[in-house]
Amino acid sequence: MRTVNTLIGSPIERLEDLRFLRGRGEYVDDLAREGLLHAAILRSSVAHGRIRSIDVSRARELAGVHCVITAKDIGHPVPRVPMRLQPLPQFEAVAQPVIAEDKVRYVGEAIAVVLADSAGLAEDALGLIEVEIEPLPAVSDRVASASKAALLFEEKGDNLAMTFRAVRGDAAAAFANAPYIRRESFRTQRHMALPMEPRGLLAEWDRARGKLTVSGAAKVLFFNRRTLAKQLGLAESAIELVENDVGGGFGARGEFYPEDFLIPFAARHTGRPVKWTEDRREHLMTVNHAREAECDVEIACTRDGAILGLRGHAYVDVGAYMRTNGAVGARNVAQFMSGPYRIENIDIDVSLLLTNKTPVGTYRGPGRFETDFFRERLFDIVAKDLGVDRVEFRRRNLVPHRAMPYPIATITPYESKDELDSGDYHVTLERCLDEIKWGENTKLQGRAVNGRYHGFAVGCFIEGGAAGPKETARIVLEPDGLYSVYVGSSAIGQGLETAFAQIAADALEVPMERIRGVYHGSTSYVSDGYGAYHSRSVVMGGSAILAAVDNLMRAVRAEAAKHLGCEAADVDIVEGMKAVSRSGKSIPLQGLTTDGISAEGAFLNKKHTYTYGAHAAHVAVDPKLGHVDLIDYVVVEDCGRIINPRTVHGQTIGSVVQGLGGAVMEHLQYDEQGQLLTGSLADYLIPTASDFPNIRAIVFEEHPSPINPLGAKGAGEGGIIAAGGIMANAIANALSDFGVEPRELPLTPARIWELVQAGKARTKSAGA
Amino acid sequence: MPVRFEVNGKAVAVEVEPRVSLADCLRHQLRLTGTHLGCEHGVCGACTIIVDGAAVRSCLMLAVQAEGSKITTVEGLSTDGELTPLQKSFRKHHALQCGFCTPGMLTTAHALLSEEPDCDAARVREVLSGNLCRCTGYISIVEAVLDARAAYRKDAARDGAATRASP
Repeated sequence: MRTVNTLIGSPIERLEDLRFLRGRGEYVDDLAREGLLHAAILRSSVAHGRIRSIDVSRARELAGVHCVITAKDIGHPVPRVPMRLQPLPQFEAVAQPVIAEDKVRYVGEAIAVVLADSAGLAEDALGLIEVEIEPLPAVSDRVASASKAALLFEEKGDNLAMTFRAVRGDAAAAFANAPYIRRESFRTQRHMALPMEPRGLLAEWDRARGKLTVSGAAKVLFFNRRTLAKQLGLAESAIELVENDVGGGFGARGEFYPEDFLIPFAARHTGRPVKWTEDRREHLMTVNHAREAECDVEIACTRDGAILGLRGHAYVDVGAYMRTNGAVGARNVAQFMSGPYRIENIDIDVSLLLTNKTPVGTYRGPGRFETDFFRERLFDIVAKDLGVDRVEFRRRNLVPHRAMPYPIATITPYESKDELDSGDYHVTLERCLDEIKWGENTKLQGRAVNGRYHGFAVGCFIEGGAAGPKETARIVLEPDGLYSVYVGSSAIGQGLETAFAQIAADALEVPMERIRGVYHGSTSYVSDGYGAYHSRSVVMGGSAILAAVDNLMRAVRAEAAKHLGCEAADVDIVEGMKAVSRSGKSIPLQGLTTDGISAEGAFLNKKHTYTYGAHAAHVAVDPKLGHVDLIDYVVVEDCGRIINPRTVHGQTIGSVVQGLGGAVMEHLQYDEQGQLLTGSLADYLIPTASDFPNIRAIVFEEHPSPINPLGAKGAGEGGIIAAGGIMANAIANALSDFGVEPRELPLTPARIWELVQAGKARTKSAGA
Repeated sequence: MPVRFEVNGKAVAVEVEPRVSLADCLRHQLRLTGTHLGCEHGVCGACTIIVDGAAVRSCLMLAVQAEGSKITTVEGLSTDGELTPLQKSFRKHHALQCGFCTPGMLTTAHALLSEEPDCDAARVREVLSGNLCRCTGYISIVEAVLDARAAYRKDAARDGAATRASP
């Protein structure tokens, strides 16, 4: 009898937890080596300026300092950080040098690297380096960026990195004949992923073998290896990147940063192992920022609330340079402003503005959090204005199930066509309304109970996943009969080992215990890999495992056939344990070969999956203090076939809380000189255990994705995407008596109080 | 400077620079790398250890200040191969994802439950609000800690005098 496994879909307790709970995880800073040099990095304290001189002589003389590296030691021109996604020629002129050469363009930019016998000594030496910088006016916001009074790159002539355009249908015609048009402006603030583990790297150069090993890599190992090989003039095969346990990614960790060149370079330069671990202040000023966007948007509707068109111009502050995935957020702001709604006519420009601030990159739900805030706020304002029920407005405009797959706006100049793959968006909306008891509870809206005004909001979202082009997996039938799974995907704390063990065990028809391990995070495990971003690991890596199992079984049948004296086609593999010929002869797989049988498989994909759903919030706001009490928050999402409901649910809740941080507290603030004012965790506030105790997530798998064999879609970003818009709408609803209509995040207590005061002043002057 | 203290039931003697934090001493000199450093300025709580019964941020304490103390780190919570009831509860409730804040959450919760095995959800949230987690959204962590209370009540009945005596 054949066992058919049902591990997929089971809430299996995570394999990873056993080491994490006992303090046996191994993060990069946990590694120790003999003869280790510790690196510390001198960073610019000036946002914009010309480097006149760097004198490292006193630092070099400090006992215990081994060497100090500046641009001069690397050679002119120093390597640039490449674009990993959207590698358009326009971005080459604004690429980041791995260390400042002639100019500094943001506070935190690397100027020199000190290598010393201890981290403390290396930091001591930083204070002995004398750098003379001629300050230039800092470009700190949209107005300064557009004015061209100061230029980050003089030879370029402006501070505009690029403009994308999202187009569908004929917006001009739709607006020309529209019975109702509303124009609004919105803004989201600069904030960041902030994983709990700071970045770190340990680079080792084996001079005899000409081999470089770099630990501390994450997310996109193979791309980073290609980049480093080019920059160092080494063959890719001479470099191994190793991923240790990674304390959170959320888009930011693992991209190729300047240090990903500097530390390996230092190891080769000195011939000694070199370790670098950033402190939290460095993290806040050097790791990719995100989300700083403004938009002027117009919507055209019929009087009863059918959307006819959407057009406008968004401005995304990309900081000082374009690096790795810095264009994704801006692209998404334009392409996904329509979200899950049927909007036939779209014309949205998005300008990527250079400023003297930390460069940007993706943060969970990149561009989507921003654009969902713009859209959902706009919808509530318009519904109120038209006198249409705001739930009815959404019901009316959601993409209907029958319209799937539904093409969305195309991005130029690089023609990124896309379509929503599957789903019934009305189902998740209705379930969300039921869960929050819309209608019954919303009788409280705008009413004060014990001094707190109650407000409600609901809205819908989509979450893209499954970025191609490819993922690779390799499965080995070990001589002892166990199976090892090697993947090109990366683990960043999401529970990848458990989910992949479930997928592999089901495909091999064996219990989980027969999976010896899921091995990820080395460029030596598989021939190629793409890693963990765009909610792609399960879809792409999981599907690659299925392909590898197919190939492995073919190889095992061929090997077994030799022993059984039959054709491979006549061999059946039973429960992953034995091979049986048609005549009934059998041989155990344990010991089938002396060195195991290995097979690789790949999954290729050009399409995207779209998880979808709805969020609803119930808040109670104190207008005197501006404090928001979250009474209830519900997310309903359908993410296709679920591998592990426990981890999907956990990621959804965690994602919501990050989104609530972005909605009401997190803000990387700069002054006009481009100084970062929020350089510690005492200044940059993120949610704590006492902030949001009431959050619920309900996850469905009613509509598996048609574009991959697992039927899986991305998960983990859906919780964050809608949170900004929902919270702003709920607060507006609560404080409607005060005329509060937020158009900017975060809605901190101070800002809410100001909105209330402004509302009161307006009412007063209108009454006078 | 020489320092002597006890870690996870074992007496240790270390030679440290006066400026070295207890966290760096534990991690890099004693190789107890389960204690994590997330901010080094006392906000994130990842480095929380138990010093003489109290949850303490080891990034804000100098190694030399530990002279004569009894220290428990995450490695010392489960001495044999088995997970403790608190650790099991974290696994059951999916109270960890990347695992980086987990040692600090466990030590903080262990110190709390040792003192107050009957604490309610609000008290758990209040105490854990000094430990930042970026993955879970905290709900599962609070559930895990509440679910582990029973095990501490039994312990409290057995050797309550000892744990209650600490300040």
